[in-house]
Amino acid sequence: MARAVTPQRKLLNTVLAWAVALLLFFPILWTFLTSFKPEPIAVASPPQFLFFDWTVKNYVDVQNQRNYFDYFWNSVIISLGSTILGLAVAVPAAWSMAFVPGSKTRDLLMWMLSTKMMPAVGVLVPIYLIFKTLGLLDSRIGLTLILTLINLPIIVWMLYTYFKEIPGEILEAARMDGASLMSEILYVLTPMAVPGIASTFLLNVIMAWNEAFWTINLTVTDAAPLTKFISGFSSPQGLFYAKLSAASTMAIAPILIMGWFSQRQLVRGLTFGAVK
Amino acid sequence: MTMTTRALLGATALCAIGLAASAQETTLTIATVNNGDMVRMQGLTDDFTAQHPDIALEWVTLEENVLRQNVTTDIATNGGQYDVITIGTYEVPIWGKQGWLVPLNDLPAEYDVNDILPPIRAGLSVDDNLYAVPFYGESSFIMYRKDLFEAAGLTMPDAPTWDFVKEAAAKLNDADAGVYGICLRGKAGWGENVAFLTTMANSYGARWFDENWQPQFDSPEWKAAITDYLDLMNNYGPPGASSNGFNENLTLFQQGKCGMWIDATVAASFVTDPNNSTVADKVGFALAPDAGKGKRANWLWSWALAIPSSSDAPDAAKQFIEWATSKGYTELVAANEGWANVPPGTRTSLYENQEYLSAAPFAQMTIDSINAADPQQPTVDPVPYTGVQFVAIPEFQGLGTSVGQEFSAALAGEKTADEALASAQEIATQEMTSAGYIQ
Repeated sequence: MARAVTPQRKLLNTVLAWAVALLLFFPILWTFLTSFKPEPIAVASPPQFLFFDWTVKNYVDVQNQRNYFDYFWNSVIISLGSTILGLAVAVPAAWSMAFVPGSKTRDLLMWMLSTKMMPAVGVLVPIYLIFKTLGLLDSRIGLTLILTLINLPIIVWMLYTYFKEIPGEILEAARMDGASLMSEILYVLTPMAVPGIASTFLLNVIMAWNEAFWTINLTVTDAAPLTKFISGFSSPQGLFYAKLSAASTMAIAPILIMGWFSQRQLVRGLTFGAVK
Repeated sequence: MTMTTRALLGATALCAIGLAASAQETTLTIATVNNGDMVRMQGLTDDFTAQHPDIALEWVTLEENVLRQNVTTDIATNGGQYDVITIGTYEVPIWGKQGWLVPLNDLPAEYDVNDILPPIRAGLSVDDNLYAVPFYGESSFIMYRKDLFEAAGLTMPDAPTWDFVKEAAAKLNDADAGVYGICLRGKAGWGENVAFLTTMANSYGARWFDENWQPQFDSPEWKAAITDYLDLMNNYGPPGASSNGFNENLTLFQQGKCGMWIDATVAASFVTDPNNSTVADKVGFALAPDAGKGKRANWLWSWALAIPSSSDAPDAAKQFIEWATSKGYTELVAANEGWANVPPGTRTSLYENQEYLSAAPFAQMTIDSINAADPQQPTVDPVPYTGVQFVAIPEFQGLGTSVGQEFSAALAGEKTADEALASAQEIATQEMTSAGYIQ
């Protein structure tokens, strides 16, 4: 039976939803506004909201100090690369876990997730040594690999919950018609799971783009992504908030725009799985 | 020969030349922090590469704490990613003792290592081995508003006492007009309020630890220092001072809201810069105050260049740091950007240069402040550590910040001076016990 929703209640919900959304968005908005302020205004007390001398000088200064696009391309390559690589491993893995589970599948899933529970810095030195020995320090390949490994548990878990929603009978029917394992996954399962795969893809691109521990610690110059770009604009002396805000805005803009255009897909995917 | 063949041959020849060139070239990776002098240096490196065509430079600019973390990981694992690093007087004694830095005892005669200011050199040495060379150096002193002092009928002595500072703060304070008697650091952090408060405590005869590493926050000297600090700030300081660090106070002073400000000597060039400061022509300078106990409340800091022992090109790195901290570099900056912009506080010769002295009205007071600091004997009573506004042990970064949060809370009115000091004593005792300094 559907619950009756009174107009008052609907209004209250709308207002609350907007309030929460604004609260969550405010830091980003503030960063954006600060990036257009002259440095002294950025730290002025009381803070100035909209009525100040808007300037793009911070963006010019930031770009003059370091070339944004070097960092941007590294971010694009490692976040897309790690997500694609991760999906290539995770789709078959999630398939087997969802449709032909063994007695230890649950434990395996939990164990995979448990790797996310350890603080990253705990394995910094071993990973650094492995990277050094393999010559992967400050390389895009190395970063792509590490980000793949870090996000793999999440990718597998997300895909697993989506796949669980798909009736196994359809796959069986395909098998009866003589489909090989490969074509079963590629031509039957994947098309049905496109919304789930798409949202997993988007979420992982976002996570890889924002990952700031490994990308800062394992790079120097050649493979440095936007996280490292931002970190250089904090200054021990002199005012830097406006320039830092400009650098942050430049770094998050691409992913924000991508998220904006794919929000329908993202929300659908996120509410599709086990938590609906 | 066809056009294509010729083009191919040409391209091959070019590739060969390119390969030959890159074979000779050493690339130095330089890790640095983002401040004005460092950014300026990056703009002037053509001069270095012209003198050393076989050395290419790559810059990595990082936030101070990120830089420390990246570089420590790299040195500890012998990663070899960095050839030159920018570190401060806090790390040099610790890292030098660990064998993480290449000793710089064989600098050439023309570098004139004896020209480096003795306190700064002492701060960058361990057991007479020099482990880093200063890029710039600073102490702290009082910056004050000459016009406000004159209006209040006060004269700032060159070497004032805390009693005078208290009296002046009371007279200058005019909160209704938006002018506060004194601005001091309140933001928690080992490099923020703790830097200032440690120097203030030093001048009151207090110390972080006694000779047996026992924390001393329960001493009457600490209590006197913190009580006076809180009185000054609560009565004559700007509102919300517990979140004011160097940058916030700089802005307040530049906007004419502080009668006095005790902070880094490098701030002098910012507050006298007419482009950014509304009080540029009204600023006077004096030594940091004392309490008649023989130590002044001024610190000593230097951003210095060092070579990590993991570098795979220490010789080229040495050539670079010699260039960047040489007398020649100072002249290069002066020729390009004017004398007022040269990195201060590193060489005696700079303070004998008439051109510099006339371009920088704060120069004499800066050098006097630096010379008044002694990192080897920072306190009235003897201590087992070096460092003026910090304690050069690895644990200090965390410990200092925790203690700083207590003092910041006291300034915000959340705790009394006694409560903050008791917590500080407890935190320090706990930390020093678990680190094995005390039982």
